Amino acid sequence: MTAQLRAAFDNAAKENRAALVAYLTFGDPDPKTSIDIVEAVAQAGADVIELGVPFSDPSADGPSIQRAMERALIAGASLPGAIAAVAELRRRGVKTPIVLFGYYNPMFVMGPATFAERAARAGIDAVLTVDLPIDELDELAGPLATYGVSVIPLVAPTSTPDRIARLAGLHAPFVYYISLTGVTGSRAAAPVDPARLAQIRTASGSPVAVGFGIRTPDDARRFSAVTDGVVVGTALVDRVAAGDAAGAPARVAELVRALAAAMTRS
Amino acid sequence: MSTADEIAKLIEPTRGRFGEFGGQYVAETLMPAIAQLETAWRVARDDASYWAEVDDLLKNYVGRPSLLYHARRLSAEVGADVYLKREDLNHTGAHKINNCIGQAVLARRMGKRRLIAETGAGQHGVATATVAALFGLPCEIYMGAEDVVRQSLNVERMKLLGATVHPVESGTRTLKDAMNEALRDWVTNVSDTFYLIGSVAGPHPYPWMVRDLQSVIGREARRQILDIAGRLPDALVACVGGGSNAAGLFAPFVDEASVRFVGVEAAGEGVESGRHAATLGAGRIGVLHGSKSYVLTHEDDERMGQIAHAHSISAGLDYPGVGPEHAAWKVSGRAVYVARTDDQALAALELLARTEGILCALETAHAVAALDEVASIVGKSGVIIVGLSGRGDKDMVTVAQRRGALP
Repeated sequence: MTAQLRAAFDNAAKENRAALVAYLTFGDPDPKTSIDIVEAVAQAGADVIELGVPFSDPSADGPSIQRAMERALIAGASLPGAIAAVAELRRRGVKTPIVLFGYYNPMFVMGPATFAERAARAGIDAVLTVDLPIDELDELAGPLATYGVSVIPLVAPTSTPDRIARLAGLHAPFVYYISLTGVTGSRAAAPVDPARLAQIRTASGSPVAVGFGIRTPDDARRFSAVTDGVVVGTALVDRVAAGDAAGAPARVAELVRALAAAMTRS
Repeated sequence: MSTADEIAKLIEPTRGRFGEFGGQYVAETLMPAIAQLETAWRVARDDASYWAEVDDLLKNYVGRPSLLYHARRLSAEVGADVYLKREDLNHTGAHKINNCIGQAVLARRMGKRRLIAETGAGQHGVATATVAALFGLPCEIYMGAEDVVRQSLNVERMKLLGATVHPVESGTRTLKDAMNEALRDWVTNVSDTFYLIGSVAGPHPYPWMVRDLQSVIGREARRQILDIAGRLPDALVACVGGGSNAAGLFAPFVDEASVRFVGVEAAGEGVESGRHAATLGAGRIGVLHGSKSYVLTHEDDERMGQIAHAHSISAGLDYPGVGPEHAAWKVSGRAVYVARTDDQALAALELLARTEGILCALETAHAVAALDEVASIVGKSGVIIVGLSGRGDKDMVTVAQRRGALP
C-alpha cells in the first residue's frame, strides 16, 4: 500500500507543505475511545496516522507514551485489537493511510506471516517496528511485502552513510528521521540540517518525515518548511490524557487542526 | 596458554547469532554504538595487552583465581562428589565483578566517560559501581523500585561507592524495567556513555562479550579439577537468570561431550502456578531487550506478545528473558535446564550453610537445590562442579522473613 502513503506526501508537496503525520497510541484511554480519536484526527486534517500498538516494555519511548501504553494495556488493548480497530476505521470510511507503529515481540508471537495477512486485510498501509533495524528487518518485511504492506524505516542522527544507503533497497513510502538521540517526547526538537535531510532523501529515494520533540503549531511550521513530513506524537498523547475520555477526540482534533493550519502556506 | 589463546578457542557467534538466537533488535539510534562496541571487542579479544590488564585486576583486585572447594559433607548428603567454584569469595561477593572489570577496561580503551548499568539483585549494580570508583568514572544504576526495597543493603553499597541509583517505577518495577530505563538512557546519551550490561543478554555483542569475560570461571575450574581430581567433571551445575555465571562456567567445556551442563532456573511458587521465572523451561521464543531468545510472553489474543511477569524469591533470577546462547544450548540439547522453587532454594541455602559453613545467595541456592537430581544421574563416584555464584549476605533479610525470624 505504498501508493496511498506516497500520494499523501505528493499531495502535501503539491500544496507546498509537509505532510502531517499524527501518532496516537491504540487503546488510550480505552479501545473504543481511541478509535473515535483516530477518526476525529483524520477528519481534522492529518495526512497520515501512526497507530501505536501498546507494549509492556516500550524501551524507546519516553514517559508520556509509556503511560499511554500502560493505560491502554490496562484497558485491554492488544495487537489483534489494534488490527481490528483499523478495520473498524475503514468501515467508518476513514481513507487516511495508517501506519501501525510498534515493537516486534507481539508481531513475532502472532507470527510474521499471519500478522502480515491480517494487517493487509484490515487496511493497514505500512508497519514501523521500533526494534527492527534494517539489519533485522527482512524477517518481517518479507511477509509484509507478500501482502502488499510496506515497512517504514527509522533513521537516527547517529545513522552512518552506509546504513542510510541500504534504505534504497526498501522502496519505502517514506522514511522516519528521528531529529534527536533519545526517547519520544524527551526534549524540544533541535533544528535539522537541510543537507542531512537531502542526503537521506537522495540515498533512500523516499520522502523524509521528521519527528521527536515537535509539539506546537510553531514547531510544525518551522519543520514544514524543510521536510517532507512532520510527525507529532507525544503532544497529541498528552492531549488524550488532559481530561475525560468523552472529550478526548475533540481535544486531540483541535490540536491537529492547529498543526495542519500552521503548516499550510498561503 | 595465554588468556587470549584460551578465549580464542571459545565459540564465536555467526553474524551475531548462536544458532537462530541473538541478533540486534534495537532502535536505529543504538546501531552505530553497537557496531562500534563490536569492533572494539573484536580488537580487545585478540589483544594480549587487553587481557594482561584484565588479568592483573582479576588477580590483584578481585582476588582470583577463586577456589575450587571439595565439599565433602555436602557430597555425602547429595550422593556425588561435589566441588564448589567459589565466586562468592570474589571482591564484592559474586561473579558479576569478572564481567565489570572486563567491560570497564574496554570502556576506558574506547574513551567512554560515563558508565550506566541495570541491576536486579543489586550485585551487578554494586560491581559496576565498584569498577566505576576504581576507574574514577561517573556511574548511574537503574534498579526496579520493587528491587530497591527488596535489596536495600545493596542500594546503600552502591551509594557509598559513589553511584547514583535511579529507582524505576514503570512496568513491573523489576529487572526488566530497569533494563528498559538503561536503554532509554543509552539512546539519549549514546556518544559518551558505556552501557555495562550485567548478563549474557541484550543485543550482540553483549551475550558473546559477557560470556567470554565470565569464562574465567570455567577456564579456572577446568585447570583446578584436573589438578585436584585428575579428571574432567561429569556435570556442571549453575543457576540461570540471564545466565552469565552458567555461560561462563559451561563455555570452556563445550567441546567435552562427557561433561553434562545443567542450568537451574527459578520455579518461584511452582511453574504451574504461573508465578515463576523458568524462561527456558516454560517460555517460548520471542524478542526482548535486543535479542531473540526464550522469553516469558503471553500468547492469548488479549495479551499477545506482551512480556509476562516473572517471579522468584531471588531478585537476580526474576527476569522474563534469558541469554541467546542458552536458548541455542537448549535447542541443540547441549545443556538441560531444570527449575527449582523458592522453597527448594531456601532449603538448599540452609543445607549448604549447615553442611559446609557457606552462606550462598538465593540465586546460587537454586543450583544447590538441583544437586540431588544431578547426583542421581552421575552416580556416587561422579564429579560435579557447582557454580557458587554469590554470597548470601544481601539475602539475610528475605531469608529471616521466610524463616519467620523477622516480620
